[in-house]
Amino acid sequence: MSLTDQTQSDQTQSDPTQAETEPAIRTTIGPHLLSVADLGADGIAEVLRVAEAFAEVERRSIPKVPTLRGKVVATLFFEESTRTRLSFETAAKRLSADVLSLAVASSSVKKGESLRDTVETIEAMGIDAVVLRHSSSGAPEQVARWVERAHVVNAGDGWHEHPTQALVDCFTVRQVLAEGAGVEPSSLGVSCFAGLRVLIVGDVRHSRVARSEVLAYSALGAEVILAGPSSLMPASLEGWPVTVADDLDGVLPSADVVSLLRLQAERGSGAFVPSLREYTAGWGLTQDRVGRLGQHAIVTHPGPMVRGVEIASDVADLPSVVVTRQVTNGVAVRMAVLFLLLGADSALEGLGSTRG
Amino acid sequence: MAEAAPTVVIRGGSVVGPTGTTRADVVVADGVIVAVGEDARVPAGAVVLDAAGCLVSPGLVDLHTHLRQPGAEEAETVESGTRAAALGGFTAVVAMPNTDPPIDSAAVAEEVLALGRDQPCEVLVAGAITLGRRGEELAPLRELAALGIRLFTDDGSGVQSGAVMRRALEYARGLGVTLAEHCEDAELAAGGAMHDGAWSSRLGLPGIPAAAEEAMLARDLALVRQTGAPMHFLHLSTAGSVALLAAAKAEGLAVTAEVTPHHLALTHAAVCGYDPTFKVNPPLRTAEDTQALAAALADGTIDAIATDHAPHPPEAKDLPFDQAPPGMLGLETALSVSIRALEGVLSPEAVLARLTSAPAAIARVSTAQRPAAFAQGGPIVVGAAGHLCVFDPEASFTVDAHRQASRSRNTPFAGTTLRGRVRHTVYAGFPVVIDAELQR
Repeated sequence: MSLTDQTQSDQTQSDPTQAETEPAIRTTIGPHLLSVADLGADGIAEVLRVAEAFAEVERRSIPKVPTLRGKVVATLFFEESTRTRLSFETAAKRLSADVLSLAVASSSVKKGESLRDTVETIEAMGIDAVVLRHSSSGAPEQVARWVERAHVVNAGDGWHEHPTQALVDCFTVRQVLAEGAGVEPSSLGVSCFAGLRVLIVGDVRHSRVARSEVLAYSALGAEVILAGPSSLMPASLEGWPVTVADDLDGVLPSADVVSLLRLQAERGSGAFVPSLREYTAGWGLTQDRVGRLGQHAIVTHPGPMVRGVEIASDVADLPSVVVTRQVTNGVAVRMAVLFLLLGADSALEGLGSTRG
Repeated sequence: MAEAAPTVVIRGGSVVGPTGTTRADVVVADGVIVAVGEDARVPAGAVVLDAAGCLVSPGLVDLHTHLRQPGAEEAETVESGTRAAALGGFTAVVAMPNTDPPIDSAAVAEEVLALGRDQPCEVLVAGAITLGRRGEELAPLRELAALGIRLFTDDGSGVQSGAVMRRALEYARGLGVTLAEHCEDAELAAGGAMHDGAWSSRLGLPGIPAAAEEAMLARDLALVRQTGAPMHFLHLSTAGSVALLAAAKAEGLAVTAEVTPHHLALTHAAVCGYDPTFKVNPPLRTAEDTQALAAALADGTIDAIATDHAPHPPEAKDLPFDQAPPGMLGLETALSVSIRALEGVLSPEAVLARLTSAPAAIARVSTAQRPAAFAQGGPIVVGAAGHLCVFDPEASFTVDAHRQASRSRNTPFAGTTLRGRVRHTVYAGFPVVIDAELQR
């Protein structure tokens, strides 16, 4: 695995799109990305490896490659989102795909068109991928059953999953670990996650990021610990590869990664705790708690942060809090996902036309 | 039925009776059983139905059918629903009152009863307990009882106010009727889309806890103790409900209960692909609940099997899981699914009892409450009504959602091959289904 990684990243130094003619790249992921479980450890490793190549593209003066020229990516967001939508659209454009952005507020959805009809209509326009954000858990999985040939990418569904966010978080954690070790991130593969202690703090019950992170980190061999008010834990953790920490302060010193979740007031999470003040006192990352963290601990947050609730304002600006990096890395990781889902098709088509 | 019933001979089957199964032919003339015995003489012009290798049972009685008329005819009508019922071996169904408008007045009840005449099975009607099923003011129970209505329920939701339920029970006491509860505390269940447990947690779907059912059941049992009025509990779904009910029956309270075939056959794991076909209320629960329900049906804690046949048009089930309405079809698969789900727990004959005599008694249409020639639920004896179901335990069929009598397709068993099939149904002496085909 590490040997392959090395070879690939050498090639991608010159032209990352060359990778698509490598058999190793036409793995594995797809036809859809609905859940981190669709990827497994190998799939996650693949995304991180390809994302590293695209991160290099982003540092160029013209950060654009022709890889997905002629492909159409539709972003279909049924729920408010700024960063995820922009991140996907930027990723698609840097791959030279055409981007169709369906604004639900002004679309026929407002006229009562069903999700199924909306999806079937836009698919009939010849799109290659649907990037779907929906407030209902499972909507991407349903859409994947309805489409004929388009690839479906889950950009967050209800409380269920937000796979690309978890991939961004893994990518960012590896990047920071590599910097600490003075090596290239790609040289670490995914072995750097083995035994890593990842502490996920807050509103796990309503968090799609938490569900995707649990799957991703545990697939890579990390030890995942959950902490938060009992009323904001899922009703059952049967089958979850996690332990639950009753005492947040007790586990902070041994955590390598702290993933803070947003208290989702818009989903009524406020009623699950007596007050925001009490939540912050018990589970917020305050100045005191930051003092308990190890020197190299990494703090992630999927954004948007609510300063003063899950994280103290001063803490949010510490260098160990990598939120800005997560946003930056989001584009490269989403380029990798789109490429791996759609590029395989074009690689095959390309082979047919150039050699035929 | 306008024309006179023909003479029908059901030949070569095993007749299911309260004391066992015996090889016998059954002859029905003018809507009434006229002979039960071996090698019956076939009168000239009689319709002969082959029943070799089959169980001959009283016609099935469904305590819980949503016929959707009036108000949701795109999902089902009295005609399409009773055709589905006949295919499933039912000769009587109780139409639930959560129609639009609801069955909370004599006018609507009379409309549904009128629609139910001349159909391939008997349509009994349940009335609403409260006006508009709002749980506030009592519906005219006495006026509705005078139309022959014997069951009342706000099904679709429970009567949330304990005080209103108490008044309803007290008022109903003198009317010779039974109130039936859909046990669900609306606040505990609020927003829930499936059973609150391991699968809802994994799938990120809001849950309906077992306590939502059990809390209202416990309250109602206390009210039965308080008022002395009988109650029936619809579609119980949890092991905790079984325990509450067992204690209430041990105490001697006048309570009965039903379970659906789908709560016996399926668990919450069926929701894993977010297919709204598997969304139902109460939700599919755990394997432990399923086992407790089967055991309760075997030991008599739960009295009857009822379908909760709940048709929804395809567009309603094409919604995201949390937005789709709850409910699944049941009439056409109930017997086969129940026998399969209860294999090793109950014999097919015992399953049939829980779909015939038991529900007929709860619906107050058995021989104890009606003249034998008009009663439902058996037994198969001379002088009894010609309501019969002939079931072939060895025949198998694959459920095709597009080829059902129901107007809707939301069966959770689509594509499933079931062993055991209703072969013939005789209603009021008419062979309405022959060899699994409707006769008109």
